[in-house]
Amino acid sequence: MSAVTLHAITVLGHDRPGIIAGTTGRIADLGLNLEDSTMTLLRGHFAMTLVCAGDAGAEEIERALAPLAADGTLTVTVREVPDEQAPAPVGTPWVLTVHGGDRPGIVSAVIGEIAGVGGNVTDLTTRLTGDLYLLIAELELPAEVDADALEGTLRAVAEQLGVGVTLRPAESDEL
Amino acid sequence: MSTHSLVAAWTEADLDVVGRVRDVVRAPDRVLATDGARVDPTAPEVVQLAADLVATMRVSPGCVGLAAPQVGESAKVFCVDVSQHPKARDHHGTFVLCNAEVVEASRNERAREGCMSVPDLTGDVKRPSRITVRGQLPGSGEEVTIEAGAFEARALQHEIDHCDGLLFLDRVAGAHAIYARKTYL
Ligand SMILES: [Zn+2]
Repeated sequence: MSAVTLHAITVLGHDRPGIIAGTTGRIADLGLNLEDSTMTLLRGHFAMTLVCAGDAGAEEIERALAPLAADGTLTVTVREVPDEQAPAPVGTPWVLTVHGGDRPGIVSAVIGEIAGVGGNVTDLTTRLTGDLYLLIAELELPAEVDADALEGTLRAVAEQLGVGVTLRPAESDEL
Repeated sequence: MSTHSLVAAWTEADLDVVGRVRDVVRAPDRVLATDGARVDPTAPEVVQLAADLVATMRVSPGCVGLAAPQVGESAKVFCVDVSQHPKARDHHGTFVLCNAEVVEASRNERAREGCMSVPDLTGDVKRPSRITVRGQLPGSGEEVTIEAGAFEARALQHEIDHCDGLLFLDRVAGAHAIYARKTYL
């Protein structure tokens, strides 16, 4: 296997049409391969992270992407990252939902309990709409974790925060 | 699957009281996250609540079901009516059930759900598409067991969840299965 150079690129700022086209077009012009990407709007802000592979260096990529940030409404960062092997699953997949009134500390309190039993968050979305705060996390829990006991602990934590929590196995459809 | 003739023939006129349109509460109101109390389906206040739920559903555009917690009452009563919905096939029209539970379920399907109590979000939820539900009709208190499929099955499970203090948010398939509801002008 030949060593491949990977770069992580983040683009963050004011949303407008054409950001993705402009970013990926410049990446393609450098001969880089787009390996993984995620993009969403966070409180209306454009937020994208990409990992691309190829021979261009970080400074060359930064130079190529600089025009995107020229008007000052977008921040672009480029950083070389090591090749990471996807870790083997540590256990079983679960989905956690927390919802209730917005207050500081919901994520840290709830996710802290997951970390405390050796669980790993593999995906996370939080939303605030009106007064409703919502957290949905996909987790892997070590096989030896008693999920019922963990849900009980999470309920107690959630109770103190005035929010509700559900923990259920993630199901996959085998088609 | 066969429809239950008594339930299919039921209308809110059977309640013999005039329903009042109630305010619909929104998350994070705690009543929506509270397991509703079992009710006496023959009690006058339960009959009135049933009529109120139907009246409120009727005036709410696109609404195919409404549960007591959504009008601020922590009780196991809900109404459904999927007859006007384009996804509906066999169904029972308008009806109200008290103390309902799913007793059999099969054939999971994933679909996008919304809720009047969570107006800004929708989510993908996997639920059985063939179910058997047991509950009681308000007024007579008669126990009925109905089979439901497709969209009516989904609506029934969504409303039964409300009665048990659960929202569709508690059942979404994953971190990327939640969506902002957009209003395009
Ligand atoms: Zn609902």
